[in-house]
Amino acid sequence: MTEIAIASGKGGTGKTTLTVNLAKMLAENNRFSKIFVCDLDVEEPNSGLFLKGDLIHEETKYRMIPEWKEDKCTFCKRSANVCEFNALAYLGFSVLIFPELCHSCYACSELCPEDALPMVQHRMGQLKHYKISEKLEFIESRLDIGVEQAVPLIAATRRYVTNLADENTLIIYDAPPGTSCPVIEAVKKTKKTILITEPTPFGLHDLTLAIETMQELNQPFGVVINRSGKHDHLIVDYCKANNIRIIGKIPFMRDAAVAYSNGKLMVDSIPQIREAVKTIGNNLLKEDAL
Amino acid sequence: MKELKEIVVISGKGGTGKTSLTSSFAVLGGTALVVADCDVDAADMHLLLNPKTEYEEDFYSGKTAVIETEGCVHCYKCKNVCRFDAINVINGEFVVDELNCEGCSYCFHICPTRTIKMPDALSGKFFISKSRLGSTLVHARLNIAADNSGKLVTKVRDEAKRVAKEEKKKLILVDGPPGIGCPVVASLTGADLAVIVTEPTVSGQHDLKRVAELVSKMKITGALIINKADLNRDMTGRIKQLAKELNLTLIAELPYDQSFTEAITKGKTIVEYDKGSIKKQIEDSWRKIIEL
Repeated sequence: MTEIAIASGKGGTGKTTLTVNLAKMLAENNRFSKIFVCDLDVEEPNSGLFLKGDLIHEETKYRMIPEWKEDKCTFCKRSANVCEFNALAYLGFSVLIFPELCHSCYACSELCPEDALPMVQHRMGQLKHYKISEKLEFIESRLDIGVEQAVPLIAATRRYVTNLADENTLIIYDAPPGTSCPVIEAVKKTKKTILITEPTPFGLHDLTLAIETMQELNQPFGVVINRSGKHDHLIVDYCKANNIRIIGKIPFMRDAAVAYSNGKLMVDSIPQIREAVKTIGNNLLKEDAL
Repeated sequence: MKELKEIVVISGKGGTGKTSLTSSFAVLGGTALVVADCDVDAADMHLLLNPKTEYEEDFYSGKTAVIETEGCVHCYKCKNVCRFDAINVINGEFVVDELNCEGCSYCFHICPTRTIKMPDALSGKFFISKSRLGSTLVHARLNIAADNSGKLVTKVRDEAKRVAKEEKKKLILVDGPPGIGCPVVASLTGADLAVIVTEPTVSGQHDLKRVAELVSKMKITGALIINKADLNRDMTGRIKQLAKELNLTLIAELPYDQSFTEAITKGKTIVEYDKGSIKKQIEDSWRKIIEL
């Protein structure tokens, strides 16, 4: 099994575009017998808009939170003192539980001497698994609206997909934007993370944050420039000065933006983009990132 | 009318032009407002507003476990109870993986020899600065790989409110984060108006539905700007229909124009760079927004 992730500091730089188009190109290569595209941007999953197929499996994902058993509780208040997240409160002779604050650490439950706080399932989202072609499958999870913690659902989705993989499987993760906990959950321990950026000052600034995150995690990474054009030097100069590898460039084209807006795969309709993505795939294969 | 109004610009999807527009509004609002950059993961407003930092403070949030070698009896209790895989045994010694540690203190409570300490974790910094426009900008930087961005967002908003009261300002303009999770909820809680910036793409439409549902669930008035509207007229039509169903006031349809990118590259906001119709449309948008 090989896991790679497509990430970026800034949103809207082309993570989903690269994920779905790269998957399509690599499916034409013999290196892998199976490719799973897995959308870990569980707050706003978009890869599925570009990969149409048959739903072959679906499951609701839960995490564990405590449930108060009134008949067993002796109001010792230990659990509220133990909880670091203020997810439990004593109000007169009842205990209130705030699921959105709970981190599912089990401390209150297992340290309760009366077993008055057993852990129960709490819904966080829905996982769906589609078959796109003989070789290509797609898995996404979407966080329920109002659920705040993305990390547990990302972790559960990675567990689901890695359990299905064998040694000849490639998994491509479409990561969430940013540099905080959800991204880390999505990229950690992957064989390579591709940071996709755009040649603007915002793109460069957020790329530097994403690079620092990768370095902090000791995570191998490379850079792809999307909407490549006359301002590429912004990114290229930075990468040169810091000895960072640029894996490829995807040219700026209004046609590409229009294809994207309609949910079309660019490698199918725009030859220049097809070539660019193919080069990225070949470079990854050459440097043994896959 | 409320004494202090808070307008939050969000997008669901990233890259729709949220920060370009918020920065333009900051220019148009001038010194009448306080600006807060709540996209603490990837804060970019300072790149256009050139703030001079007047005050900065470390932001501590949560805890991280530390195991002292002296006193550890290698009982494995901490490792066994940790649900975050944060305790490793390296060369026979128990070591905390700081990136995995959630700060729950379960190990601290279970340790029989009290060898585990739970110091506060430094998770970022926040700044109170003077922007080149003369307004105050409250912004922050989340430490690399740090947790609790939602709490830092709340801190930035609290500071912005404090400053606004001090300076007797009636308006706070907030640049929000992408997504619908905890930092977004933290940006919206108790706000007066959410301005959603979307684009006419399948992803833009999809993400708009989800973020608008969150806004409505939180009982906040919602308004909509469709950026890059001429990229896909059919989709723009569908999004306008959607806006009606979602009860969002349509503020503007802005064109797909390279001058947005050119402006940023020159370190300017689009209302300072463009001298024609885009500038005028954004001025009209701002007028409508403050009247809502």
